[in-house]
Amino acid sequence: MGIRFILMVNKQGQTRLAQYYEYLTLEERRALEGEIVRKCLARNEQQCSFVEHRNYKIVYRRYASLFFLVGVDNDENELAILEFIHLLVETMDRHFGNVCELDIMFHLEKAHFMLEEMVMNGCIVETSKSNILSPIQLMDRA
Amino acid sequence: MNPFSSGTRLRDMIRAIRACKTAAEERAVVRKECAAIRSSINENDHDYRHRNIAKLMFIHMLGYPTHFGQMECLKLIASAEFPEKRIGYLGLMLLLDERQEVLMLVTNSLKQDLNHANQYIVGLALCALGNICSAEMARDLAPEVERLLQFRDPNTRKKAALCAIRIIKKVPDLAENFINPAAALLKEKHHGVLITGVQLCTDLCKVSAEALEYCRKCTGGLVRTLKDVANSPYAPEYDIAGITDPFLHIRLLRLLRVLGQGDADVSDLMNDILAQVATKTETNKNAGNAILYECVETIMSIEDNGGLRVLAINILGRFLSNRDNNIRYVALNMLMKAITVDTQAVQRHRATIVECVKDSDASIRKRALELVYLLVNESNVKPLTKELIEYLERSDQEFKGDLTAKICSIIAKFSPEKIWYIDQMLKVLSEAGNFVKDEVWHALIVVISNASDLHGYTVRALYRAFQTSAEQETLVRVAVWCIGEYGDLLVKNVGVLDIEDPITVTESDAVDVVEVAIKHHTSDLTTKAMSLIALLKLSSRFPSSSERIQDIIIQNRGSLVLELQQRSIEFNSVIEKHHNIRSALVERMPVLDEATFIGRRAGSTPATVSTSNGPSLNLPNGVTKPPAAPLVDLLDLSSDDAPAPSSSGADFLQDLLGVDLSPASKQPGISGTNQAPRTGTDVLLDLLSIETPPASPITDILSSSQVYKSPHASLEGLSSPSALSTRAATPAGAAPMMDLLDGFVPNSPISEDNGPVYPSIVAFESSSLRIMFNFSKARGNPQTTSIQATFTNLSPNVYTDFIFQAAVPKFLQLHLDPASSNTLPAGGNGSITQNLRVINSQHGKKSLVMRMRIAYKSNDEDILEEGQVSNFPRGL
Repeated sequence: MGIRFILMVNKQGQTRLAQYYEYLTLEERRALEGEIVRKCLARNEQQCSFVEHRNYKIVYRRYASLFFLVGVDNDENELAILEFIHLLVETMDRHFGNVCELDIMFHLEKAHFMLEEMVMNGCIVETSKSNILSPIQLMDRA
Repeated sequence: MNPFSSGTRLRDMIRAIRACKTAAEERAVVRKECAAIRSSINENDHDYRHRNIAKLMFIHMLGYPTHFGQMECLKLIASAEFPEKRIGYLGLMLLLDERQEVLMLVTNSLKQDLNHANQYIVGLALCALGNICSAEMARDLAPEVERLLQFRDPNTRKKAALCAIRIIKKVPDLAENFINPAAALLKEKHHGVLITGVQLCTDLCKVSAEALEYCRKCTGGLVRTLKDVANSPYAPEYDIAGITDPFLHIRLLRLLRVLGQGDADVSDLMNDILAQVATKTETNKNAGNAILYECVETIMSIEDNGGLRVLAINILGRFLSNRDNNIRYVALNMLMKAITVDTQAVQRHRATIVECVKDSDASIRKRALELVYLLVNESNVKPLTKELIEYLERSDQEFKGDLTAKICSIIAKFSPEKIWYIDQMLKVLSEAGNFVKDEVWHALIVVISNASDLHGYTVRALYRAFQTSAEQETLVRVAVWCIGEYGDLLVKNVGVLDIEDPITVTESDAVDVVEVAIKHHTSDLTTKAMSLIALLKLSSRFPSSSERIQDIIIQNRGSLVLELQQRSIEFNSVIEKHHNIRSALVERMPVLDEATFIGRRAGSTPATVSTSNGPSLNLPNGVTKPPAAPLVDLLDLSSDDAPAPSSSGADFLQDLLGVDLSPASKQPGISGTNQAPRTGTDVLLDLLSIETPPASPITDILSSSQVYKSPHASLEGLSSPSALSTRAATPAGAAPMMDLLDGFVPNSPISEDNGPVYPSIVAFESSSLRIMFNFSKARGNPQTTSIQATFTNLSPNVYTDFIFQAAVPKFLQLHLDPASSNTLPAGGNGSITQNLRVINSQHGKKSLVMRMRIAYKSNDEDILEEGQVSNFPRGL
């Protein structure tokens, strides 16, 4: 329901972060990622950010070298998901300071923690950056 | 030092993997790491456990199997330190899913952690539970979650709320427990808790109607909350692009939508706030547009309010002309839902929508095309189709298939006149014939054959089209068929319409076309087969080109494909030796009945060759079997053309038996066709298991005028092959039929016109009275039975004041006519008759029963006799 999965993929098609909120086997995941990434990378700037794939929609946005893809149900508000992607990026930016792809790669757990604070079971939980980051900052201090 | 020991830090491993240049190298690195991790696990190494899990997560993300790490996760979760627990839970959520049995082991740890003093740990546990719990775990831990919904810490509450959502989804029965706490959450101030509370309520309402009722009462509070959020001053925490917490806006709007659907009062409460949101939100930022979008969706779904709807459609109109692709996409989506509400308003935007069909963005094109399809009606079909067909030429390959299908269905549904239909279809075929489905061009051929005044025009147009677009397979097929049928019209320029340019086509030109079709390397079996039959037709219509045609046909004699070989040999022999029948063979085809075709296509019956008509090509199942059918008629049976009902009856027969009665395709050569009808009827024989003389099997069994009048549909089906045969109605044939019909013995008193006959019964017999019932049913009314009751006096006394009464169960209706008299002479010297009518509402399922009471005076005594009749014949 709501969000089905969140992926961060670079321009060569390598997955940098993958969080699924529904069950898919390993082969399915790889196949899915391959298909979707190919579709999104093939689009240019002018085209709209929504792609329809099988029975759900993919909302994506490109930030520098990284594509953020969110797969949602058909009845979800796409513009809101776009906002959510931006919020995610801003949160990570605040934590890492000028976040880039390598930051995410080397601190994968932290990225996951942040994502978990924001989205649970496919629903958006928290949208305030300070609330999201406070447990993580606590952990870093400890 | 071995760089791949478990001492490697996570980043070093990542660096190593990134340094790999090929997939094989990467696999090698990963395998080494996994081996190191596995050995470390075996040694029960505490220090590096969390590092191992982190590495495993990375490896899992790359797509390698990592199930050996699952137990490690469990151990980490069980440890007391927070970082370890954290990694353990993270690993749990990533590496496991709800289907693994290992999950059950975690239940206990989860329970402990849910009761932990440290709220962060509680939060962790809730998180894990919320993401991957299974149904059993949900049941176990639901009470804990319920308690936590009222915890003091807002963070915990919000996580508990989301956990509850998952529990409800997994185990809907538990929904009742959560209704009260959920409603309490709606009054929160903390945005996080409010969002999750709202979501919980939304899901609750979807799952349980009781919750829906309960939440409807809270609508007032919700409206107030939304108003507060909308009017709130700048709050740096939640501000996104100048709007405070748009996510909360959207969730509240969604909940209001769920609550307002179907309930007018609740919808009224929302009107003000919806209007306010719709008008005051800023539209220059994406966040504002997102809110507007949700608002419009809500307005469309709740109960009707004219002013709001107009507002909503205006907003959509603005969206549609926005330059941002995202917004346009969203607007198109909404318009599809708006069409059901207000078609007129959407029609106003038709021009913009058609523009969107031509947009460079694939998603927008798709949406716009669907929307256009919904918008088409009789008045705008012509300009719309014109635009769509123009676009067809420029569109790219993947889109063409969709576009073609939609155009064809629009044309088929809304075409005002036949000539326009044919024109447009020809254009589509020339452009995108290869994408056109079979049913579509079959339908086209049916329409062409029905438009008899347009035959000349059509065949000339096809000829012209063929010159330019011969690579479209479907176009070639239709052209070849038409040229074959109407070749003489083509050459003699018959029926020229005013709008046509003059064109002269000679016979050899026409034959050229067909020759090209056969010889072209891309022509497939269907096309070649159709070309062969077209050549046969042309050879009869253009006798001068007969030689040339024969040469072409002979070339396929050695073809490796059986179908082509057979046809070429047969046609060749027809042309050479059987001149006399050739012209009869390939006469102009009778018009295929459009209505039946559409009906049949809609019902998609299987093999439907109407055997008694002429050579019939291109019926829904495609490839033709022409020469045998007319030969069956000519050689075997001297019947005249059967009227339409029996040919459709032939189809029923085929459906019934699954036998393809246009047989010769199975048997090469013309001579084989003689046996075919007999095999068909042999099957019939088996079905009926009736002994009939083998000499004329077809005539005896089935034809019977009586059978025609029977009300049973199956009989109609069985009777139809009499179309193939002559009409000898033999009563002898009728008798075995009757045996089949529920074991009735034909009985004399009933006239044959009255359909099946029923035996008369002795309804009641005592020492003094006998009652006989004779039955008849009116034709065509199987539920009503007329009974003639005959009363006979078996005693030596006269009966006076004879009254007969009857009672029937509820599913029957009984009407008694007055008796012939009420004095019954003695000794059976006379009888009283009385007519009854029984209507059986459960005809076929229950048979008749009746209770009787007879009262009469005999020797000045009142006598009463009662009885029950249960030996009515079945099927009354």
